[in-house]
This record gives sequence, structure tokens and C-alpha cells, in this order.
Amino acid sequence: MNDPQRAVETAPAVLTVRGLGKAYGAVDDAVISRTGSDRGSARDPLSGSIIAAWDVSFDVAAGEALGIVGESGSGTSTVLRCIAGDVPATCGDVRMECHDGGTSNVLTADPSERRRMRVDKISVVYQDPAEGLSLGVTAGGNIADPLTAAGWRNFMAIRERARELLARTDVPLDRMDDIVRTFSGGMRQRVQIARALANNPSVILLDEPTTGLDASVAAGVLDLLRGLLEEMNMAAVVVSHDFSVIEMLTSRCIVMHHGRVVESTLTDQLLEDPHHPYSQRLVSAARA
Amino acid sequence: MSTTLDGLVGSEQGVPFALLDEESKREIRRALLHAVAVPGHQVPFGSREMPVARGWGSGGLQVTLAIVGRDDTVKVIDQGDDEGVNAVNLRRLVVSSTGVEETSEVHEATIIQSRHRIPEDEMGENHVLVLQVPVPEPLRGVERDTRELSRMHAEADYSRMWVSLYEDIVRNGVITQSTGYPCLVNGRYVVATTPIPRWDIPRLHDASFLTLFGAGREKRVYAIPPHTTVEPLIFDDIPFEVETAEGASCRLCGSAESFLVSAPGDDDSWSCSDTAWCRRRRQK
Repeated sequence: MNDPQRAVETAPAVLTVRGLGKAYGAVDDAVISRTGSDRGSARDPLSGSIIAAWDVSFDVAAGEALGIVGESGSGTSTVLRCIAGDVPATCGDVRMECHDGGTSNVLTADPSERRRMRVDKISVVYQDPAEGLSLGVTAGGNIADPLTAAGWRNFMAIRERARELLARTDVPLDRMDDIVRTFSGGMRQRVQIARALANNPSVILLDEPTTGLDASVAAGVLDLLRGLLEEMNMAAVVVSHDFSVIEMLTSRCIVMHHGRVVESTLTDQLLEDPHHPYSQRLVSAARA
Repeated sequence: MSTTLDGLVGSEQGVPFALLDEESKREIRRALLHAVAVPGHQVPFGSREMPVARGWGSGGLQVTLAIVGRDDTVKVIDQGDDEGVNAVNLRRLVVSSTGVEETSEVHEATIIQSRHRIPEDEMGENHVLVLQVPVPEPLRGVERDTRELSRMHAEADYSRMWVSLYEDIVRNGVITQSTGYPCLVNGRYVVATTPIPRWDIPRLHDASFLTLFGAGREKRVYAIPPHTTVEPLIFDDIPFEVETAEGASCRLCGSAESFLVSAPGDDDSWSCSDTAWCRRRRQK
């Protein structure tokens, strides 16, 4: 049941990631062989290079959510940021159906092209809402940003779209014209999600979307995300160290340890019957 | 009043034409050519120390001195007034260092240096308008990092400018920004139209005259060549409005169709901001 292929080919992939790698410092085959899960570190003891993520491959279809699980420092967020374009990848091939019909590698597109993709093709929800939002701007203004970037020039239409998105993400509409800095953590996260959905992206990347929220608020945000992923037909990648998040949102997941994928399987199976020793430790820690 | 000038630059023989040495003028002209070739793009230039403090029109002054020729006639206004202290001083400096004619009449002038206004009179292709700019960066209010700013201009990424307009309408019901209203030039670059009021912005669109913007403190020049589109950033469903005062007219000439300001020393009445225009109306 450890064959990654088995879990993959169900629907045509909207997002395809092959051999994605991110290294800090010099990298060659020897460095790669001295790092990773079985060597117990992402840092090469000889050169000092850090292999934050290496040889990461997966596919995500429309309407599907893939989980990336791993303890902090295992490279999960690095993978997400490389796909998003926040961090330049060292190597790999990432294709998206929404970019040249999937015929060209997103990683080699020039930086301005990648920033344009962030407007309406690919959205990121960060753990810290301050990364995805302008805290000194109103909730409506934060949504107006991606809308105007996509060419919206009608004030009332922008207001209406912002209202619709905030209502969908359960942000009280009477707070729409308040600056986001005055919002609670949970509400900021909802505004960030509303903003991420503004232009109906085909790919959404969620980086620890509920970490740092208290349990009841996190549950509400999770419910919201699950409903959105079901109805909006996006390809989603969810990074989390929290198995309840992975279990609730994703059907398949990969497990990362010291920058490498150690297991790629169905989420249910991972929770019931983890194969890799590290996955077993993770699952038993979560179930304890 | 060449005493001050003599004291600064030495004997009559030692004063270069238009105060600046030839190399400096050439450098400024080169920046201006660049600016005209890429309408609305801010071009850095080596702003010189001038006999006026930075922030008092040193940018506009350097542009004027770089382009002025012996056949030019110069008009300088401050808030539309030829007799403003700063306008008089700058005009004296230009005239005394070049020997060119000075005038307060638009139709006689070839170079019009201004702070805050475009003259009410019709201007044509024989005119060059030089504006003294305090803040050339239209995005300064939304971003401070200069590298990020140049990226935003390079990619025409102006969504945060739009957000600031959105926020202005949400908070105040109307757009409150008056001077320096952001405009899209030639469909490409957003410029700060500092220091002119919204009233004057429609006159920049498809104008037959050349407009040169000089910011001495910020060391930038930019330009709007003749017959270039200048569109104020505004939402489709919100009209772009110029400043108005309901029922107001000039207490001197009775004009209601010019840009009016509170009359000096009398807050209850109005007068034309363009004094030369007002005077001519009264003489008719």
C-alpha cells in the first residue's frame, strides 16, 4: 500500500510537482546522500549545506486536497513556498493547468509572471494573517486588492464581491469597513481566506491555516475550509503538523521528514496503518 | 538684482549662461529626453545645489535652466501668482543668469515654471510647462521601500494605489485627495501630479504643450509629452470631480469658471488663483 502511484491517478492533475528541491548552500549527489530522513538531518555535516526539501513529487486534481505532514523544520512549508513563488526553488518541475495549459515549468517563469499568477490563478493562506493581509487596510480593502489587480474598476461591484466573500467566510458584514488590525486572530484568518478566494483561483495553498488559533475557533475555520474545498473545485495543498486538520481536509497526503518524502498514501491509511517509522511516531504522538 | 548672484558665482565673465555649467545642463537634458521618451517614468538625475533651498523649487529651476535658450521668454508663477515671493526670486535668478525676457502673459511666454497651477490661459505647442514637484513618487503613501516601488512601476502593479482610493471612498464617502491626484500616463505609468489641484488635471490630457516635472530634493524628473493620454485613476461608477465652491465667484473679476482660492485676508470671499488671467479680465 506504499506505492504512491496507486493513490495518484484518479482525475487529471491540475497541479503536478516533480522532483522539487530547495537547498541552501552548495548541493551535489554526495551532499544529497549525506542528508535526509535516514541520515537523521537536513544539514550536511561536511559542507554545512541545508537540504530543506528534495525530490518532492505529487499531483493534485481539481476538487482534491493533498496534505503535507511533518514536524516543524521538515520542509513542508518550504515546498509550499517554492510552489507559490515566495522562495526560489533549486530544482524541480511544477506544472499547472492554469499556466500555459500545463505545458511549461512554472519554476522557470520569470518573477513578474509568477507574481501575476498569484492574482487569479494561485492563492496562498499563510499561518500568520499578517503575511497575507495588509493589517492597516479594511477587510473590504484587502479583498479589493486582488480584485483591482485583476482589473476590477467598478466600486460597487468590488463592494458587492467583498460582501459576498466575507459573508461566505462568516466575517460579520458590519466589520467590513474596519481595519483588519482591530480583528481577532480567527477573524483575520477568515478575511485572509476570503481574500484568497477573491478571483476564484484554481490552486490554493494552505500553510498551517489553523495553527495558533484556539480550538473552537480553529474548528470553525476548518469547517469553513472543508465546505469551500468541496464546493469550489480548487486543487488544494494543505501543510499541517496537525493530524485533525489533515484528516478533515485531505484525502491523500505525503509525510516529510528532514526534507524528504518518507511516505505517500491515502490519509485514512496513514492514520490507520502508517508504514514508515517516522510516520508511525507522528501518528502515535497525535493519537496519544 | 544681480548682487546676490555675483556674490555666488563671481564676476560677470565667470557666470555661465543659465548659471549651471554645460556638463550639468547636458546631464539634466539627457534625463529629460529619457523622461519624454518614456512618458510618466521617473528618471533620476544629479540634482545640483542651487541658490534656493531644496523644497523651494530647486527641481523646477534646474529643468528651466537646462532647457532655456537665448530666445526664450520666461513666466514663473507660485500658486498662480506672478508676484509671489518665490516666483519673483526664481524668475530673477533665471533672467539675471541668462538675460532672457520675462513676462506674466502666457501668450508671450515659451517656458512657464509653476508651483501648484497650470495657467488658465490656453497653452499651445510653443509652450513648455515646468512644474516644481515636492513628492514625485505617487506610490509613496502605500509603499516606502524604493526597490519594491520600482518593481511596482516596472510591472504596472498599481493595485495598492487602487486600494487606497477604495479606502478613501469607504472612509470619507468621496475621494479627498486634492493636489497630487494619481494619473495614468500613456496607459502605462502612474504619476503624481503634485502639486497641481484636481481642477487642472483634465488640462494635462492630450495637451498640445510639453510638461516637465522636476523634483530637486528627490532628484527625479518625469514628463508628459504633447498629445499624451492622462487619465486620473478613478472607479468606473464614481465620477472624477474637480474642486468646486458652490456659487462662488472672483471678488475682483467676477469669474466663476476659473480656479478660485480664498481671497487674501478675507476668508468669506474668493479670488482667482491665476492673477495674470484675472487682471486681464478686469482690463477688458
